[in-house]
Amino acid sequence: MRITLRDIRKRYGKVNANDGIDLEITEGSIHGILGENGAGKSTLMKVLAGYTTKTSGTILINGQPAEYDHPSQATRLGIGMLYQDPLDFPPLTVLENFMMGLDRGLVSREEAYRVRLKEMADHFGFHLDPGTAVERLTVGERQQLELVRLLALGVEVLILDEPTTGISSLQKQALFSALRKLASEGKTILLVSHKLEDVEALCDRITVLRRGKVEGDMGLPFEGGKLLVWMFGNELAPPPCFERRTGEGPLALAMEGVSALGGRAGLSSCQVAVRKGEVLGLAGLEGSGQGLFLRLAAGLEKPQTGKIRVAEEDMTGRDHHAYRAKGVTFLPAGRLEEGLMPGLTITEHFALQQQKGVVIHWPKAWDRAQQGIERFRIRGNPFSAAESLSGGNQQRLLLALLPDNPLLLLLEHPTRGLDMDSVRWVWEKLTAYAVQGTSIVFSSAELDEIFQMADRILVFFNGVVVKDVRTCDTTVEELAKAIAGKG
Amino acid sequence: MSLFPESTPPKELLLRVLFIAGGVFCLTSLVLLVAGAPPWPAFYHLFLGAFGSWSKLAQVLMVWIPLTLCACGLLYSFRIGLWNIGVEGQVVAGAIASTAVLRFGVEAGAPFLMIVLAFAAGMLGGSAWAILAGFLKTKGGVNEIFGGLGLNFVAQGITLWLIFGPWKRPGVGSMSGTELFPESLWLPTLLSGKISPVGLAVTVLALVVATWVLNRTRLGLALKGIGSNARAAYIHGLNPNTYFIIAMGMAGGCAGLAGAFQVTGVYHRLIPVISSNYGYLALLVVMLANYRAWGSPWIAFFFACLNVGSIQLPIVLKLDSSLSGIIQGALVLTTLLVYGLRRKAKGEERPA
Repeated sequence: MRITLRDIRKRYGKVNANDGIDLEITEGSIHGILGENGAGKSTLMKVLAGYTTKTSGTILINGQPAEYDHPSQATRLGIGMLYQDPLDFPPLTVLENFMMGLDRGLVSREEAYRVRLKEMADHFGFHLDPGTAVERLTVGERQQLELVRLLALGVEVLILDEPTTGISSLQKQALFSALRKLASEGKTILLVSHKLEDVEALCDRITVLRRGKVEGDMGLPFEGGKLLVWMFGNELAPPPCFERRTGEGPLALAMEGVSALGGRAGLSSCQVAVRKGEVLGLAGLEGSGQGLFLRLAAGLEKPQTGKIRVAEEDMTGRDHHAYRAKGVTFLPAGRLEEGLMPGLTITEHFALQQQKGVVIHWPKAWDRAQQGIERFRIRGNPFSAAESLSGGNQQRLLLALLPDNPLLLLLEHPTRGLDMDSVRWVWEKLTAYAVQGTSIVFSSAELDEIFQMADRILVFFNGVVVKDVRTCDTTVEELAKAIAGKG
Repeated sequence: MSLFPESTPPKELLLRVLFIAGGVFCLTSLVLLVAGAPPWPAFYHLFLGAFGSWSKLAQVLMVWIPLTLCACGLLYSFRIGLWNIGVEGQVVAGAIASTAVLRFGVEAGAPFLMIVLAFAAGMLGGSAWAILAGFLKTKGGVNEIFGGLGLNFVAQGITLWLIFGPWKRPGVGSMSGTELFPESLWLPTLLSGKISPVGLAVTVLALVVATWVLNRTRLGLALKGIGSNARAAYIHGLNPNTYFIIAMGMAGGCAGLAGAFQVTGVYHRLIPVISSNYGYLALLVVMLANYRAWGSPWIAFFFACLNVGSIQLPIVLKLDSSLSGIIQGALVLTTLLVYGLRRKAKGEERPA
């Protein structure tokens, strides 16, 4: 089946997740879609799989326009998607999962499907025991099951979203050989990934997305350097090096051989020190350990081994509130999930900061809310509920709620989803904090943001800090390589 | 009373209320017709049963007191996002604790002090029972719904054991409960035992306190913040587990007061059905009041009217008194339906 995408657009509020994408995928090919997080890959694939409705644009299947807005319709047209988190039923057995959506009669024909499952699994060299509960399988095995199930449903176009995350290298080999086999049998494969090595190893053609647009398109043989530049951009200005940020001050935070579980990759033997007034940028693909690093530094997660010190004091194993008392403040990326309390007004958020007394001084809280709204230019009034604010204004509210003189600010994607004006404004405020001696550690998916704002950069790859450099001692190319795991 | 009122336009609110009333009326009439009873006389006698005389109205208030006390308690637990199904068992625990004090009081004398102590014990007993469910949640990871439900059965079991065991009447235990307390240990009443001014005062006080705590104090705001987003509240420096226990303690305290009132003011002994299901009913009351303090006493009053009004239906119309339950159930269902439809009309995304 041949798929043609013409001028696909998808808007989420003010954000253009897909901004006019044209793409041609030929039959029997393995086509890689490469891009950083937030580049629009997943959105595009969800549109193609019928999981989200596109704002505008046309999808052509074998040259014929097709309109659908539900995954089951897409499956009927022959398009199936293997999600990053398998959409299966963990308590049911492998066979029951396989039959789900296939077996439509009143009487289940279990034996027939048992045979069919075995045939298909053998064809690809998968080992799937029909009687095992799916919750006891590894991610790789669940993926194999889902793959076989989709093929049994008659899928001709197979979309795989980050399929190599969380599976063993052996399973990866099995998956890749299965995909090659499928392509040779005339199936069309779309592989979405931010892992350059995987895409390079498997695909016939690669399209790079960046900021919702097609940045470039390349057939074999691939030029890795060019792909990286497409992914991360090359318009970066040389970073400024400030004299005051020499990194000689007293320690604000130190991680000594810290390892922890969590996220996709965990974190292993992390050795990092942050000094007073330093701005540290955490780079890396999403889920490489940055989020866990921030949560460990905030006391929200506990390390398995190693020590964490805040201002020279050993804080290992203590909870977030102990860290808070030492002046550590954490700003999570999920503003409404972890940062703010939906249903509470701006005034109520300020009132929660009152530390003493039984009764709330509402007039005082109202005054502080009013001041915060003015100083931080929040578009809302003291009675606005947090969830009624736009993403940018929610971020401004979170910043307005920060204490006046924290020791260490931990910011997870502080500018994600903000317009350029808000980004500049947020950094104005954050820089003011750094000038007064607050240490800032932030993660970002935008390499240029890290380059411009950080004094020092840590690059995470697969749960390991693979690079720890001062911004003025490195280049974009060097960082991009480290991020892609080639450093 | 709420400092930050909800922003529903009055016209829409009126429309919703009319729709709910209509829905309840239709559903109930349908049930009556199926049962072969004429709807109009049934509604008429229901009304008469609640408002037909001063004595009927007094009876309504005697139901209103424990129902509203339970509702007050649930306001705390709902505010922090807990489903305190265990409220029923907390009423029972309160009743048991206050019976224990009164049994001691039969010999000790000083009746006034004993009644005060019985109320205090009821509050503590209900609190303790609720805090147990709270610890099951925070320490043992048992959902408060299951923990509470389990504890309800345990409390009921303890009541039966006491009535047929250690606290049985001289001779043989019976389902009619423990021995009646002497009148000196009864809550003082007006209108020959029909109205308890102390009970009314305690209930109004509990309502005022609940409104004040929830809207004016740091505790109330903390409950609201945690109920809205426990994770964010934690990052903002509040400890959800501590507040879960506090909220449960306060909820149980109010429910325990209701239990104490049932013992001192209504039955003057411990009976197997001492809670009269007011705990479960109060859950419906608070849900209908949209979890707010100002609406709860009015809805509790309406529910009390239905309960008392239906008592004479079996005599007058040969209808079972469970009609009140049907109306209450229909009310909750239509209200939930209206909210559900409104949410759907607003356009929720397809679940992931």
